[in-house]
Amino acid sequence: MSARGLGPVRSTLGWLEERAGLGGAIAPALDHPVPRSTASWWYVFGSATLALFVLQVVTGICLALVYVPSAEGAYQSLLYLNFQAPFGWFLRAVHFWGSNAMVAVMTLHMIQVFLWGAHKYPRELTWIVGVFLFLCTLGMAFTGQILRWDQDAYWGLGIGASIASRAPGVGDALVSLLLGGPIIAGRTLSRFFAVHVFLVPGILIGMIGLHIWLVLRIGINEWPMPGRVVTRETYRQRYEEEVHKDGVSFFPYAARKDMVACGVVVLAVVLCAVLFGPFGPHGVPDPTLIDTAPKPDFYFLALYALFALLPPWTETVVILVGPVLAIGALFLVPFIAGTGEKSWKRRPVAVLGVLVIVLTVTTLAGLGVAVPWSPQMEAWTAAATPVRYVKGRTPLELQGALVLQNKQCRTCHSLGGGGGRRGPALDGIATRQTRDQLIRQVLQGGGNMPAYGKNLSPAEVNALVAFMGTLRP
Amino acid sequence: MTPPSQSRRGFLFRLGIGLNVLGAALVGIPVVGYIFGPARRRTDGQSWIGLGPIGAFPAGETRLATYENPVRVPWDGATAKIACWVRHIKGERFQVFAVNCAHLGCPVRWFAQSRLFMCPCHGGAYYEDGSRASGPPPRGLFEYEYRVRDGALWVRGGQLPTLSRPV
Ligand code: FES
Repeated sequence: MSARGLGPVRSTLGWLEERAGLGGAIAPALDHPVPRSTASWWYVFGSATLALFVLQVVTGICLALVYVPSAEGAYQSLLYLNFQAPFGWFLRAVHFWGSNAMVAVMTLHMIQVFLWGAHKYPRELTWIVGVFLFLCTLGMAFTGQILRWDQDAYWGLGIGASIASRAPGVGDALVSLLLGGPIIAGRTLSRFFAVHVFLVPGILIGMIGLHIWLVLRIGINEWPMPGRVVTRETYRQRYEEEVHKDGVSFFPYAARKDMVACGVVVLAVVLCAVLFGPFGPHGVPDPTLIDTAPKPDFYFLALYALFALLPPWTETVVILVGPVLAIGALFLVPFIAGTGEKSWKRRPVAVLGVLVIVLTVTTLAGLGVAVPWSPQMEAWTAAATPVRYVKGRTPLELQGALVLQNKQCRTCHSLGGGGGRRGPALDGIATRQTRDQLIRQVLQGGGNMPAYGKNLSPAEVNALVAFMGTLRP
Repeated sequence: MTPPSQSRRGFLFRLGIGLNVLGAALVGIPVVGYIFGPARRRTDGQSWIGLGPIGAFPAGETRLATYENPVRVPWDGATAKIACWVRHIKGERFQVFAVNCAHLGCPVRWFAQSRLFMCPCHGGAYYEDGSRASGPPPRGLFEYEYRVRDGALWVRGGQLPTLSRPV
């Protein structure tokens, strides 16, 4: 376009600027000098999280145009969104994949700023607000899962209520507060809707504003150099010097990479949405349909696995004290290590801590996917007895094979790879236990196995043990 | 002569604060009551619910029964329905269990062949009398109070059974 063609645009902008003055207010924020070292690909996760948040707000508002926040109508309205509303499936898919991406990218952001020492003086408050943002985002993830009002949502609420009920003294009141009544029903969904759509997003928007304000006011964390120790006396002055000597203006020098990253994450979400489509809703939220194995979305899989693996007697303590300690530790990080070395190269404990946490959470989540502790409820009718275990066996032993099948031992024990993994696999059991040990184990149970004494006739036990005696590699 | 006008300004300022505090309290107290209302312990959540004639539950067997939640709102939809396991021991002796696992509330399933209740979530197992057999549950299944009247089975229910409020 020629310079003359731009004339009307320019005069309109000029008119607006004269009255609103927004350009004058924003320009310093855009041009503010930042250390050249921060124009790095490692520094893009924060902006990418923000882009995903905007995406969630836009798609969320669109979904709310159709979604019915009532226990009676929610499920139907989700099906309507999936199959009838034009692009409803797409918006649901983007909102779902966007939420996953937001939790993931935000976690990366948190790990990055921690390893780069950005929580240290004078950015403690920025970190604390960030922890709030992280918790609010997880809150959005959980409440969003509930709005998907299907079987997983219903039983997920049951799990949430059961956890809350363990709080000493106030457990009962907490459950009712959470559910909006004595039981999971209509009022529960309305509560979660209000929290997910008004309360937490409102808090998030305010906190994001504060977070960004703090970043602008204190400046982006410079690239940490080993040996350049942070002290309260010298840090700010040194930072100012570095920025003046070797700074670049944030826009466009540092912002270019942020813009690319924002575009990439949004496109990745759109790609996932198109490839994999919307998630759920799964079964109808009818509490009388109990043939269901509820499972949380990925961000809570690690917790879900933890609940299966904790020894029962530690559980209440861990459930009650664990979150307090974990969240408390996050808030305290800048006060425990608020000065000193910033580079991860000189902070072995910090690096090790991050590694341990990441490995623990991913291992637990992996177990949460595999669910080795879950009984295989269909194995007794669906899993075949391997041919080599029935060939050439006596009638008594064959009878025992039937007992093993019919008494549903394979719900927890696998044979030839088929069946549950809660108990040990029975292949080769004859080499590990004697006949007497087997009988005792079957009759009395123990070590996580129920006792079958009342449930098996002596003849059945005899046949079962005879069969197991043939299970050798 | 500033004193009178200054005291008037001071008065207006205090009046402004006072009125706003009053307004905040008048709105705030009901808001708090509204939000925390459900947390107040009330016993009216529990009531007697008919599960039908006992003939529907053969002696020696354990069957799933369903009922409509007594405390309900018209928009509860399918969630107004609740399930429970009825074990008819013999005669007028029953056990009625909540489907909610005592561990974290997942729905337990009954397996007549192995005479166990099993939980799909973390693998808790219970014997047929509801006592804990294995896995993470800290106790046996939650049991409803029941009553047999005029050949019909009644249970007392209406709230989500949890550790701090076992039925
Ligand atoms: S909820 Fe049943 S074992 Fe965890």
